[in-house]
Amino acid sequence: MLSIILIILAATFFTGIIIRTKSIASGRKGPGIFQPIKDVIRLFKKGAVYSETTSFVFRIAPTIYFSSVFVAMLVVPFGQSKGLISFNGDFIFFAYVLGLGKFFSIIGAMDTGSSFEGMGASREALYSMFAEPAFFILMGSLALLTGHTSFQEIFSTLHLGSSISYALAVLAAFVFLMIAMIENSRMPLDDPKTHLELTMVHEVMILDNSGFDLGLILTAGYLKFAIYGAIIFNLFSGTISYEYAIPLFFVMQVFLAFLVGMIESFMARFRMNHNAQFIVVLSSVSLLIFFGALMVSGKFI
Amino acid sequence: MNIVRGFILIPFIAICLIPFLKMKGKAIVVYAAVSLIAILSSYVAFEALTGQDFELTLQGSFISGNINLQVDALSAWFMLIINFAFISGGFYGLFYMNAYVDQPKNLSLHGVLFILLHTALVSLCVIQNSIAFLVAWEIMALSAFLSILFEHEKIATVRAGINYLIQSHISIIFLMIGFIWVASQTGSYDFSTIRSYSLTHSSALSLMLFLIFFIGFAIKAGFVPFHTWLPYAHPAAPAHISGIMSGVLIKIGIFGILRMLLLIDLNYTTIGSFILVISIISGIYGVMLAILQHNLKKLLAYHSIENIGIIGIGIGLGCIGLGTNNSVLCSLGFAGALFHTLNHSLFKSLLFYTAGNVYHATHTLDIEKLGGLVKKMPQTTILFLIAALAISGLPPFNGFISEFILYTGMLSWMHNAFMVSLLGIVFTITGLVLIGGLAMMCFTKAFGVVFLGNPRHSFHHEVKEVPFLQLLPLYAIAAFIIFIGLFPKIFLDLLIKPVQLFTNLHQLPFISFRGNGIEALLSISRGSWYLILLVLLLLGVRKLVLRKRTITVSSTWNCGYTVPTAKIQYTASSFVKTYSKLFDVFFLIFKKEKEVQGVFPTDAHLETRPYDKLEKWLIDYPTTNFKLFLDRFRFFQNGKLQFYILYGIIFIIAIISIPLIYDQIIMFIEFLKQL
Repeated sequence: MLSIILIILAATFFTGIIIRTKSIASGRKGPGIFQPIKDVIRLFKKGAVYSETTSFVFRIAPTIYFSSVFVAMLVVPFGQSKGLISFNGDFIFFAYVLGLGKFFSIIGAMDTGSSFEGMGASREALYSMFAEPAFFILMGSLALLTGHTSFQEIFSTLHLGSSISYALAVLAAFVFLMIAMIENSRMPLDDPKTHLELTMVHEVMILDNSGFDLGLILTAGYLKFAIYGAIIFNLFSGTISYEYAIPLFFVMQVFLAFLVGMIESFMARFRMNHNAQFIVVLSSVSLLIFFGALMVSGKFI
Repeated sequence: MNIVRGFILIPFIAICLIPFLKMKGKAIVVYAAVSLIAILSSYVAFEALTGQDFELTLQGSFISGNINLQVDALSAWFMLIINFAFISGGFYGLFYMNAYVDQPKNLSLHGVLFILLHTALVSLCVIQNSIAFLVAWEIMALSAFLSILFEHEKIATVRAGINYLIQSHISIIFLMIGFIWVASQTGSYDFSTIRSYSLTHSSALSLMLFLIFFIGFAIKAGFVPFHTWLPYAHPAAPAHISGIMSGVLIKIGIFGILRMLLLIDLNYTTIGSFILVISIISGIYGVMLAILQHNLKKLLAYHSIENIGIIGIGIGLGCIGLGTNNSVLCSLGFAGALFHTLNHSLFKSLLFYTAGNVYHATHTLDIEKLGGLVKKMPQTTILFLIAALAISGLPPFNGFISEFILYTGMLSWMHNAFMVSLLGIVFTITGLVLIGGLAMMCFTKAFGVVFLGNPRHSFHHEVKEVPFLQLLPLYAIAAFIIFIGLFPKIFLDLLIKPVQLFTNLHQLPFISFRGNGIEALLSISRGSWYLILLVLLLLGVRKLVLRKRTITVSSTWNCGYTVPTAKIQYTASSFVKTYSKLFDVFFLIFKKEKEVQGVFPTDAHLETRPYDKLEKWLIDYPTTNFKLFLDRFRFFQNGKLQFYILYGIIFIIAIISIPLIYDQIIMFIEFLKQL
């Protein structure tokens, strides 16, 4: 339960910090860190415009997308405290529930009959297909390393003893961060601030969403960032007691948001056709972690 | 005994009656016969699944010997799946066939074949005698062949039918070789002799025997590279036949493989790894090609190959568990395979039936010509969506449950595996994940292009939803899919007995799935309920919030352009363009292109036709060469009667004299030895 409250709290400022960091890096003052949340509240108060092409699929898609992210959040633990749902193999459920949301966001985009949104949908489908093996190999390696198969047990038994396991944790954090970037369609793959529909991925899929629906989609995005932030925090938290862990959690989230902001400020977006290769690289890094896990657990031949 | 008598009598009477009845009578008799057979065999199957095996010996002829019938838990599981598919598919078929009411003879034949197909499939699960088994197998293959040929005036249908006929006979040749091998060694056609043969002979011989059976059954099941008949046969058949073929006919191949695993004593680790590798290849190759297809039913047919791959992964894992005496892996592997067999038969038949509805309404299956059907056929759309989500393995539907069981099996294997097996696990997991991701891509494409957006083609006839009664069995299947997704435990408990058959092979301790990490299924149901409740809650809130707000309907955002046409939509080909470029090496895509040229361009067009690279190399290439080789013997067939009589005489002389000469040679050698 604790994790849910913390993740929701972190979600309120995560994206704000990214935007603020980018603003300061480019020499502007920038909006307050709660501006994204204020935007969402404003959207919830607005009416909606629907395309005459769309059907009920377009209307329910954002709701299901949001719900899938929310339910995925329920499995994420916080240090010693389990998520609301926790069971052996819950990371599989996590990935597949997020998959359900993706399915609906893709068909929601297809429902508008727009060439742009079809383009975004096609890219989203391709990238998410590539990103999943990385996640599964990584979680599999951690399961191998710890001998457990649920998020909470994996993270609470992940002792960072030797130097090689530190290296593994850093690599794992990198992979999680990159998966978070892919899931949220952020910088190295997609530029959320781009102004040309042809170069967008996620942004172009939600061109026709407005009002309440758009608010849900944006909130789901903020939650996703905080969820991955929480997972990365869990990698390092181990068995620290709550009075240290909770402040550390927020420090970590702020740091990650800052990192994302810095990446977005100083990196250019990849060319569209290089994205797929980049995502495959992630799987290779995960494989590296797998071999590391083999070595640590002494199963390497 | 009475049950068996009834089981044989019902189809016999029905088949005799059908040709003499009016249209309505035919329909009623066919459906009544199918239901009766289903009720009768389901009764036996339920008994077997809850503990009481059914066994009976029929007096056979002096050739076949006594014919043993046995319904154990494994047969029972498949029989129930077959019966459900035929009851739902038959009901759907009654209405689907309404469009062909002007062809009474054709329909009579179709009804007869439908009953025969059902009877044959159920009997295959029961018969324990190889000659009777082959006869039933042949009835099944032929009735399926003739059912495919329903629209025989189309040339593509006839080709697909012939292709199926030839390949299913290659399959039967392999089965015959296997059965004759055992029979010639033991002198009996009973299945139990296969077991005793393999127990008394070396493991290499058993492996050979199993591989022969495996190829025979794999052709029916559609494992890569034996899959090439599937993508032709499924689109050609009427919708309910494609649904049944994909749902249960190819599963009889899986049943055969499982049965042979029970009968032949093997080195299970080796065979498990073999099945695992071939299944991962089938799974990934099937879905990779499915994405490229433009024909809706062909796309679904390639997905059957993918799902056979997933089932095979389960069988492979189970065998490895059996070989390494890992009872958790063994039970979860086989349970996953059997569970996915049920799940696939549900969502795949639902997909074929909805595709049938689309065909009914539009008379085309070309994805690029469809679009916007959601407004004309909302109920079909919802049903297709449910099946598409289920086949992509997403919660809260049934596909996720069986895949989860497989993942759990692999994760449990991980803890006591070493280097090579661990690499195997990682590749299997990656394979399964990729299959899931690709399936999602494929079905977002299929669903998005066929049902969403604007119509891409204006039809001369009215496109409208099919009648409610035709949709009724589809709703039943959809409800079943969701029910399994929400209450998987009930069905998993039914699987205890079938799985025990396998664990008992090595006396592994297995009583129930408790403690196998499968408690997780309860939590998954809980998660699924949270998801559903949250969605309903949010939809309620949304409705409440939007009630007070202004809702405007306008055109889709098109970058400021306000007169969009249906042509600017993303098509199926453009949706997968990046993907097909990326994996170019695996595909063979024929292209016909006329580019835009000149200052005042005239017409231009681009046509792509995806083809199967494996089919080109494994089927087309050898066939062409074989034909070239055989062409050299054309001179035999010179059309002169005298020569043909001569050939006949030569044949008769040869067949009489060869044994004689053989005897003479033996005598001569004996004579030489005595010298």
